Amino acid sequence: MSDLILSLKDVHTDIAQYHILQGVDLQVPRGQVTMLLGRNGVGKTTTLKTIMGQWTAKSGEILYDGQDITRKPVFARARAGIGFVPEDMGIFSDLTVEENMALGSLSGKLEPKRKDWLLNAFPALGTFWKSEAGNLSGGQKQMLSIARTMAEDRALYLIDEPTKGLAPAIISTMAQALRELKAQGASVLLVEQNFSVAKALGDSAAVMDDGRVIWTGVMAELSENKGLQERLMGLSMEAH
Amino acid sequence: MTAAPDHRPTFANVSLTERLDEAMPLLLIPILVVLGFVAIGAPASWLTLTVSGLAMGMMIFIMASGLTLVFGLMDVINFGHGAFVSVGAFVGVSVLIALGDWTGAASLLLNMSAVLLAVIAAMAVTGIMGWGFERIIVKPVYGAHLKQILVTVGGLIVIEQLIHVIWGPDEIFINRPETLKGAVTFAGAAMEKYRLLAVGIGLVLFVAMRVVLRRTKIGLIVRAGVENGPMVEALGYRLRLVFVGVFIAGSALAGLGGVMWGLYQEVITAGMGERMMVLVFIVAIIGGLGSVEGAFIGALLVGLLQNYVAFLEPKLALVSNIALMTAILMWRPQGMMPVVKAK
Repeated sequence: MSDLILSLKDVHTDIAQYHILQGVDLQVPRGQVTMLLGRNGVGKTTTLKTIMGQWTAKSGEILYDGQDITRKPVFARARAGIGFVPEDMGIFSDLTVEENMALGSLSGKLEPKRKDWLLNAFPALGTFWKSEAGNLSGGQKQMLSIARTMAEDRALYLIDEPTKGLAPAIISTMAQALRELKAQGASVLLVEQNFSVAKALGDSAAVMDDGRVIWTGVMAELSENKGLQERLMGLSMEAH
Repeated sequence: MTAAPDHRPTFANVSLTERLDEAMPLLLIPILVVLGFVAIGAPASWLTLTVSGLAMGMMIFIMASGLTLVFGLMDVINFGHGAFVSVGAFVGVSVLIALGDWTGAASLLLNMSAVLLAVIAAMAVTGIMGWGFERIIVKPVYGAHLKQILVTVGGLIVIEQLIHVIWGPDEIFINRPETLKGAVTFAGAAMEKYRLLAVGIGLVLFVAMRVVLRRTKIGLIVRAGVENGPMVEALGYRLRLVFVGVFIAGSALAGLGGVMWGLYQEVITAGMGERMMVLVFIVAIIGGLGSVEGAFIGALLVGLLQNYVAFLEPKLALVSNIALMTAILMWRPQGMMPVVKAK
């Protein structure tokens, strides 16, 4: 078994007339949390969507668990074990929290142990279990989006800015859930602007600029080197 | 897992006004029925018109339900939907004519068996046609509304001409089966037996669709897909297969609607489906695109209003449904129960 769960080689993606990803090379080690960092508009979300198949790579290669998935449809990538939490959360507003969670499990049934674990991590979901998800607050929707992806075991989680706009108490809930996910052996590729979360969770990091990965290394190295941060991202991460 | 910080939200009290606003689409039907009663005055006439309006509404709902789901799931505007109504009517009526001995006998069992076989044949043919239509005509134009309108209207014209080729250019008159002729009298009001049957079939279908959509996994996927298809795929579901299934089911339901409408009017033409599409689109739009419940309420409103207005002021009957659509869209621009909000 390779040490890499995911590998992107010279991936290019166009959106309409725009050439967004301009040769992304990225490795996600198995069982680690890899932070995908960079300024706004450098291609982080497009990278996640290209990995998930929501945008099709024009060229390049995406290897997941050793298999080439570059041309596979979205549903096949999900079935292979990739979970995706999009930036807009992708909540089904007209469905109840329970129904949203049921969709997270392809088998159709949420295992009782799994359900207990998730409701312990995100108790608000239990309170609103039978309510329409559209009535949840922003933080609760984010919890639901993450919990839904965790409804069954997945080998790789792609998570796009899960703490954006959330209160500190909810951020710590999220961080704890992701930490425990990692402890279970899952791999995570996380786009995150919150420096303290990135520093606390990240094992490794990749920094993007202009549609390319311009730096990869250990998260601790990046978080301790303000000069490096300013050179790569234009400002110190403490400023976020 | 470690417990989260103690944040235990509670349910807020919802005001009566908010609850009324939410329930208002459902309340519109009894409100219209009561207004009809007040305006018509004569209870017997009102009852006859109400049953007639409900029957008409049920048949329109059967035709509209597939269309609204197809639009909601894959953002496809299918003007060819009316072709399945016509084909269903011609296939069903052909079966009924072939089973003339059964339909002419004064036996409820034989009559209903003939109708059942006609319905099965119509739904099978239109279901298969729907599958072919989706593959050949709709699939190449996903995401392109203008092309969808052009090619589906083209498909509608081709299918109508094929009906002329197969069944001839003339309209076909059909007698209802013996036991479905005539009316029953209740409280002095004459209610056609066939219309009562149509109301029953419509109700059974609506309940069945609700059960499938609300209580099964496939229904859950369809409802989620109507709201956010890409996310459903990202969770591992092959939405395209679901869509094809819904398209086939919607076409088959249009075929069923065609048989029922043909027996209701007792005459069928190749252009009947095309003409019905005006009402079908009105129902899908005022109900809220993608919403089966909205289509159901919208269809009943259209059926009832048309019957009441035709009785009170026949010249206004033609514009009553357009007026209803205008009023509802001014009140709720996305329809009464929209599911597809972002498109």
